[in-house]
Amino acid sequence: MAKFNKKKSGELPPVSTASLPDIVFMLLFFFMTVTVMKDSSLLVQNELPFADQIQKLDKKNRIIYIYAGKPSERYQSTYGTASKIQLNDKLVDVDAVAPYILQERSNKPQDIQDLLTTALKVDSETNMGLISDIKQELRKVNALKINYTTKAGDAFRNLQ
Amino acid sequence: MAKRNIPEVNAGSMADIAFLLLIFFLVTTTIETDAGLDRKLPPIEPPDQDVVIKQKNIFTVVVSKDNQLLVEDELMELKNLREAAVTFLDNGGGAGEDACNYCQGAKDPASSDNPTKAIISLQNDRETSYKTYIAVQNELVAAYNELRDRESNRLYGIPFTTMDKLYKDPKTPKEDRDELKPRITRIQELFPQKLSEAEPKSN
Repeated sequence: MAKFNKKKSGELPPVSTASLPDIVFMLLFFFMTVTVMKDSSLLVQNELPFADQIQKLDKKNRIIYIYAGKPSERYQSTYGTASKIQLNDKLVDVDAVAPYILQERSNKPQDIQDLLTTALKVDSETNMGLISDIKQELRKVNALKINYTTKAGDAFRNLQ
Repeated sequence: MAKRNIPEVNAGSMADIAFLLLIFFLVTTTIETDAGLDRKLPPIEPPDQDVVIKQKNIFTVVVSKDNQLLVEDELMELKNLREAAVTFLDNGGGAGEDACNYCQGAKDPASSDNPTKAIISLQNDRETSYKTYIAVQNELVAAYNELRDRESNRLYGIPFTTMDKLYKDPKTPKEDRDELKPRITRIQELFPQKLSEAEPKSN
């Protein structure tokens, strides 16, 4: 009989934590792969306006970003307070938009070159003059699909 | 010489290190997609022949430099714009070839003939502020969406915006998408988004 009672010592064996690193590593790799590091830091103020009839911008590789707005406070001594356009990491004038679009377009794979969308991320305190100039430039290079990037929210909040 | 015993490295802190990295990536991750109002610019080369558009088929919206809204030469509050645009688009005052059999509007002969003919012309000043412009754009798109939803509900029992979302969702199976595509095109033909963005007046 004693032979069968041997294992009944009463104490539970401790839970093995040896697989914990594996689990954590799995999570780690998940987050490492989905993380997108911001590729350009903003040099302009970028408080987007609100809209609620919006469409999502999927397929990040088909989007060309154009930022516009007043230069951020720390750059105002260099660039002034008039609204500026930011392409990649540079503040530029309107006439640099068309070459930038052409260059970005030629960097994309051939089969999506006609499907590109230009996302305009413009600060809400900008005058339409600048945006019209950008639109003219975009028309010149036949980049006709644009997206006014906005925050989701009631459009009437813009007027407050 | 006796073989030296190499002590095993303690791997107990591995989990801690991995956790630290995990938390770093957790904090820096932003799984967000941008969203906004999709628009299409007119091509720069003018069309070959001038299309004659009847004045009554054009709905002019002007946003002045003081961010005031002028609709058909009358001052209007933004909150009334959506309704006014819907009334204009859905009017269906045309007769014969231009008749609109799905419109539910007043059939006023002085307003638009048919949603397929109706054009909304949005003009702005160079000094108009961007946020007002976006608000106006948003209301006009909302007017189109309202009508499209109505028509889509009538024909297919599902709002247009829901269909469009399903169609754009990459998770939707291909068969469903093939089924949705003709429906979406049909609704878009019934209420085409003819929203012209004229070049601003500079004065």
